[in-house]
Amino acid sequence: MSGPGAILEVSGLDVFYGDFQALFGVSLSVSRGCATALVGANGAGKTTLLRTIAGAQPAAAGSVRYDGADVTAAPPYRRISRGIALVPEGRRLFPSLTVEENIQVGAAAAASAGWPLERIYDAFPMIARRRRQRASTLSGGEQQAVAIARALAAGPSLLLLDEISLGLAPVVVEGLYETLSGLRSAGATLVIVEQDLRRAMDACDNVVCLLEGRVALAAAAADVTSDQVVAAYFGEGQL
Amino acid sequence: MNWVNAVIQGMLLGGQYALIACGLSLTFGVMRIVNLAHGDLAVCGAYLGLVLSSALGVPVWVTLPLLLPAAFGAGMALQLLLLRRALRHGVLAPVLVTFGLSIMIENLLQVAATADPRGLNGGALALASFHLGSGITVSWLFLTAFLTACAVLSGLQLLLSRTSWGRKVRATADDLDTARLVGIRVRPVFATVAGIAVATAALAGIFIGTIGTFDPLTGTDVLIFAFEAVVIGGIGSLWGTLAGGVALGVTQVVVGEVNQAYAVLAVNLLFLAVLTVRPGGLFTSRQAVREIQGQGAAG
Repeated sequence: MSGPGAILEVSGLDVFYGDFQALFGVSLSVSRGCATALVGANGAGKTTLLRTIAGAQPAAAGSVRYDGADVTAAPPYRRISRGIALVPEGRRLFPSLTVEENIQVGAAAAASAGWPLERIYDAFPMIARRRRQRASTLSGGEQQAVAIARALAAGPSLLLLDEISLGLAPVVVEGLYETLSGLRSAGATLVIVEQDLRRAMDACDNVVCLLEGRVALAAAAADVTSDQVVAAYFGEGQL
Repeated sequence: MNWVNAVIQGMLLGGQYALIACGLSLTFGVMRIVNLAHGDLAVCGAYLGLVLSSALGVPVWVTLPLLLPAAFGAGMALQLLLLRRALRHGVLAPVLVTFGLSIMIENLLQVAATADPRGLNGGALALASFHLGSGITVSWLFLTAFLTACAVLSGLQLLLSRTSWGRKVRATADDLDTARLVGIRVRPVFATVAGIAVATAALAGIFIGTIGTFDPLTGTDVLIFAFEAVVIGGIGSLWGTLAGGVALGVTQVVVGEVNQAYAVLAVNLLFLAVLTVRPGGLFTSRQAVREIQGQGAAG
């Protein structure tokens, strides 16, 4: 999947938490403007991979190249100003800050093309009404929208989304994915960690499945059946 | 009228406690560092004021434009060179480091300045007072200390709530890991917070040295009062810290009116009582307590 159009190239990534190795030589290539679904069982290393790409987790070996530059050793704020933003698992809003302040904090290291507040409120009308409220008083769906808005405030070209539908009502999830498809038409590259396999494969061009810290499958979504992905998911058919 | 007087004097004294305590509260609230050298840093401020004002031959207030930036710089250096490294080794390491720093400061001051008690040249302000009704005399110096504390706390509150720097500080205090993740550069945030904490401590040290006397070991007493003001007021609440300081000051002076020997004991009993009944502090909302406990459970 590597090629001249790749905006993100991860190669041979090893990541440790203390003595525990979470990723083993993970390689991944994401083309500009594509959406990639990152799937796998709990503990397969999906969140670790996203955090390492965003710079929150150091890599013991391997490299992360973004837009032609090696960012393996760059701290998160430098990656954000280059255009990588992460929507973390569990939303992780700042509870004592208002909705608007949460979004403004996201612009702290923004690239020059960061989204202005008006554009964000146009994209998420439901949080515009709550801009002065503390983030902790919002519903789960609204909090998730704020978490995405906070990442967009940095004006990312590559948006990493970790479990955005977790714990949300289906109709809310539907709304969030509509927003994402709007982002894609605007040219953003997405990497989405999603538990719902069908939704992930419908929304994305490519699917990458992790199994116990290794890439078990990487293919175009149209080229694989969900059975093949499920087999990779559980490690069946290997060896 | 003695009681009214005692309450007024106690409130004014409480302002001084709050001025010392706000830096401690800020340091703990943002960096989760319990700075056991905070009182000693205040005393260092007083000694620096002494050196500058005797060298220049002016009242200590005139030296503040030199002293406060120096203290701010010292605080930044302390954070960048020492505490930042200590923080990498968990929550206990900074406690031990600041404990060691406290002992070092006290002993170095004894070597450099002897154990003799000193006072600062407060100029005309130190001796002036005015009458407020019958039997109540208010010292301008005490009133200045109280008003300075109010001004410093209001200024900090404004900085924290209205500026982009304050937004970053509050976000970092809420969730350090996520703050880094969304692109906040934590190092300058921590350094400026430490700078402000040490500058406010030095300012408090100037008032300590003008109102009373100080020696190299004064910092330990100062720390206890500051610590109690923070805990009584509720950790992370600046106005709570002022209220905590006032509660301490009023208790001390009112009990002292009855029997001077029990004044400090009463203050410590008040602290113990608040810890027993409302361990989160008097002015911490229930929700804030839940959030703190929730974070503790999650982390």
